Amino acid sequence: MLCCTSWEYIYSSSTTPHNSPQNAFVKGNYKKAKALHGRHQSKSNLRSCEQSLIVHIPGEALHLQRANKMQKLAIFRARLWLYRSFSSLSSNPLRVCVVGSGPAGFYTAEKMLKAHQQAQVDIIDRLPTPFGLVSSGVAPDHPETKIVINQFSRVAQHERCSFLGNVTLGSSISLSELRELYHVVVLAYGAESDRSLGIPGENLKGIHSAREFVWWYNGHPDGQNLDPDLKNTDTAVILGQGNVALDVARILLRPTAELATTDIASHALAALEESSIRVVYLVGRRGPAQAACTAKELREVLGIRNLDISIQESDLLLTPADEEELKSNRIHRRVYELLSKAVTSNPKDAGLNKRKLHFVFFRKPVSFLDSKDRPGHVSGVHFEKTVLEVVGPGKQIAIGAGEFEDIKCGMVLKSIGYKSVPVDGLPFDHQKGIVPNDRGRVLCDTSEPSVVEKGLYVCGWLKRGPSGIIATNLHCAEETVSSILEDLDQGELISSSALPKPGKDGLLQLLHDRNVRIVSFSDWEKIDSEEKRLGSSKNKPREKLATWEKLHKAISE
Amino acid sequence: MNMLNSRLARVGASIAKHLYTRNYTSVYRGGYIPRAKYHHFLQPSFQRHSSTELYKGAMIEKRNFLSTTTTNNSTEDGSEKEETISVTFVDKDGEEKHIKVPVGMSMLEAAHENDIELEGACEGSLACSTCHVIVMDVEHYNKLEDPTDEENDMLDLAFGLSETSRLGCQVIAKPELDGIRLAIPAATRNFAVDGYVPKPH
Ligand SMILES: Cc1cc2nc3c(=O)[nH]c(=O)nc-3n(C[C@H](O)[C@H](O)[C@H](O)COP(=O)(O)OP(=O)(O)OC[C@H]3O[C@@H](n4cnc5c(N)ncnc54)[C@H](O)[C@@H]3O)c2cc1C
Ligand SMILES: NC(=O)c1ccc[n+]([C@@H]2O[C@H](COP(=O)([O-])OP(=O)(O)OC[C@H]3O[C@@H](n4cnc5c(N)ncnc54)[C@H](OP(=O)(O)O)[C@@H]3O)[C@@H](O)[C@H]2O)c1
Ligand code: FES
Repeated sequence: MLCCTSWEYIYSSSTTPHNSPQNAFVKGNYKKAKALHGRHQSKSNLRSCEQSLIVHIPGEALHLQRANKMQKLAIFRARLWLYRSFSSLSSNPLRVCVVGSGPAGFYTAEKMLKAHQQAQVDIIDRLPTPFGLVSSGVAPDHPETKIVINQFSRVAQHERCSFLGNVTLGSSISLSELRELYHVVVLAYGAESDRSLGIPGENLKGIHSAREFVWWYNGHPDGQNLDPDLKNTDTAVILGQGNVALDVARILLRPTAELATTDIASHALAALEESSIRVVYLVGRRGPAQAACTAKELREVLGIRNLDISIQESDLLLTPADEEELKSNRIHRRVYELLSKAVTSNPKDAGLNKRKLHFVFFRKPVSFLDSKDRPGHVSGVHFEKTVLEVVGPGKQIAIGAGEFEDIKCGMVLKSIGYKSVPVDGLPFDHQKGIVPNDRGRVLCDTSEPSVVEKGLYVCGWLKRGPSGIIATNLHCAEETVSSILEDLDQGELISSSALPKPGKDGLLQLLHDRNVRIVSFSDWEKIDSEEKRLGSSKNKPREKLATWEKLHKAISE
Repeated sequence: MNMLNSRLARVGASIAKHLYTRNYTSVYRGGYIPRAKYHHFLQPSFQRHSSTELYKGAMIEKRNFLSTTTTNNSTEDGSEKEETISVTFVDKDGEEKHIKVPVGMSMLEAAHENDIELEGACEGSLACSTCHVIVMDVEHYNKLEDPTDEENDMLDLAFGLSETSRLGCQVIAKPELDGIRLAIPAATRNFAVDGYVPKPH
């Protein structure tokens, strides 16, 4: 009864405006109620307590019978929430480890903290810096996109959340160790490798994956050594026409004065300032109706100052299948319209500008050409022209047409998609490059009927493959977290007989024994302020510390 | 009865809210529009409380900052600060919340001021699409100015796009919008099931 009284107390206080001074009161009471609740841990006790909560509300209880379906649902949800929040012993919180601090990791942590009041969430990342591709993928000239870092930082600073940087799954700690330490392990470590074309010459010098190039200009500590040669050629070919390809093209072609005030890595800015690249080919294996980019990125590329745009007008002709495809795809329709407009508004070969961007469609790479002057170095790409074949409703694929063509160039950036890498002990679908999963629950393998890896979940690019924007990971995290909550409700994850999991304490001990220097969120804040300090003298928002040494130095000072 | 439910549901929210009292420092502030004052509206509900109190005043003065389109505001005569419109948000679970929104304020800010869970990853910079809302009645939808190309570019990527979708950070309260109902997308299913599919213009 005591317990119910205090609940009622919270209840009535909570109906006052949230910005009233009484809130402080509620806060104090919350602790009290929680303490009292400690004595009523069993499910049935909690239930009866909740029921009293409802029935004891003067006046309004009478109307309970008349509640419609929606309202009952609301009550049920509130109860479920209360039950979830207080059912697990506070001395035995739900230990959750999220691997990877990109959008998928942070959204998972945020949703988990919100949904389960006893969840302790530790986010580990192999880098000393958090935020994944928001920091090392999103282009330096897109600062607005990175604002989400504010939200993620607040999650990291939540009292039930910790960021543990410089901890690599697979080397600092194994998956089986993590699963021993935590009730729930959510893998959100993204995609740190590349799809390959599997064609001759792919290893020639001067050919890089877009991922490496992006890491290089974004100051990822593993990207610094790329050192692409931008001086010995005036032409680059970018394979693929997705948003990453457009990002990379923009960085190569945008006036460097405009990049100088972004957070682009200084080594990249210096190289771009001296770059002799003037012509960029953006090559797609399919047509303008299938281009993988989105309108915002395309609009931006088309608007680059002092840049000629070249698009073959004949490529814009639509087949009935294309028209059908465009009808049902708003993104592709708007991209196609922009490309069409660019053709009409850009006089062919205007030649007014020093830099030029060619959109090339219907070409698939067949091999890379070895340079005669500089053996071992790429000198061009051998393409086969393609035609599209309908393989399903709204789906056309490129097939070789038997005609070939070369484009000479001294640099190639392959932007055909990222790829995830498995760690030991993790089921992995090598063909799709993802972890087999059922709404985020890791499956033992791809066979039917599916068997679930208990307590192991996946989110983000590792779950869905390397596509989607930051916001996509929000919905992805919602799905994974709801699977976790369902499993908790089913009693799958914490059994009353099981020993408490050591969670973070156990992890810290283990990493200490292995001499792993953990980087906390406050360590990251040191890096952050050092980067901002260095940037401010150059009129940049930050100067990224782009080597492991510099990063470690910043936190040890 | 409605009150009972919303209160009950709020028990959880308000307990959770108090778990976080710390003011955060912002990171990644580049050379774009300074708007540090507003970040508190965009915090997830479990963290929002303390700063809401701190900055309430500031927000009312500068609530137009998120808008990139010009507001057709007929009440720019000084009485503006008092004027509010009624807005109903229908959340992901189909629950309704009725709020008063001062003319000139964006729906994103209004939602956050009232503890309505509308995401706003880019804090109103038109760079994320997470503030997507669906205008539930066509009359109100038609009273909005057409989305700009930039808004359409972001709407392209919005989750659960419908014909009357808009970005919450771009919809600014004006008198004609009084009574507008906005669904937060997961709720789409609920009213589609009810047989209601809005058609624009
Ligand atoms: C070049 C590029 C530009 C983009 N630009 C935009 C944009 O402008 N707007 C937009 O909305 N979306 C953009 N995206 C998409 C967006 O970045 C992704 O959707 C999103 O980052 C995927 O999130 P994630 O958490 O799954 O992976 P990631 O963001 O890649 O995060 C994975 C994290 O895991 C860590 N990690 C990796 N391996 C390990 C390990 N073994 N142990 C521990 N930690 C590990 C990594 O360090 C990283 O921090 C872009 C993507 C790319 C590639
Ligand atoms: N500003 C932003 O919002 C932003 C910026 C960057 C990235 N992102 C997102 O991040 C995700 C990843 O982007 P992405 O550009 O890496 O991937 P993507 O959008 O999937 O594009 C991949 C491109 O590579 C091509 N390709 C794939 N395999 C190929 C092959 N074997 N041969 C030739 N071409 C091949 C694809 O052509 P086909 O279409 O023919 O397969 C496509 O043009 C996307 O969802 C993107 O939207 C967003
Ligand atoms: S908050 Fe990002 S687009 Fe509205």
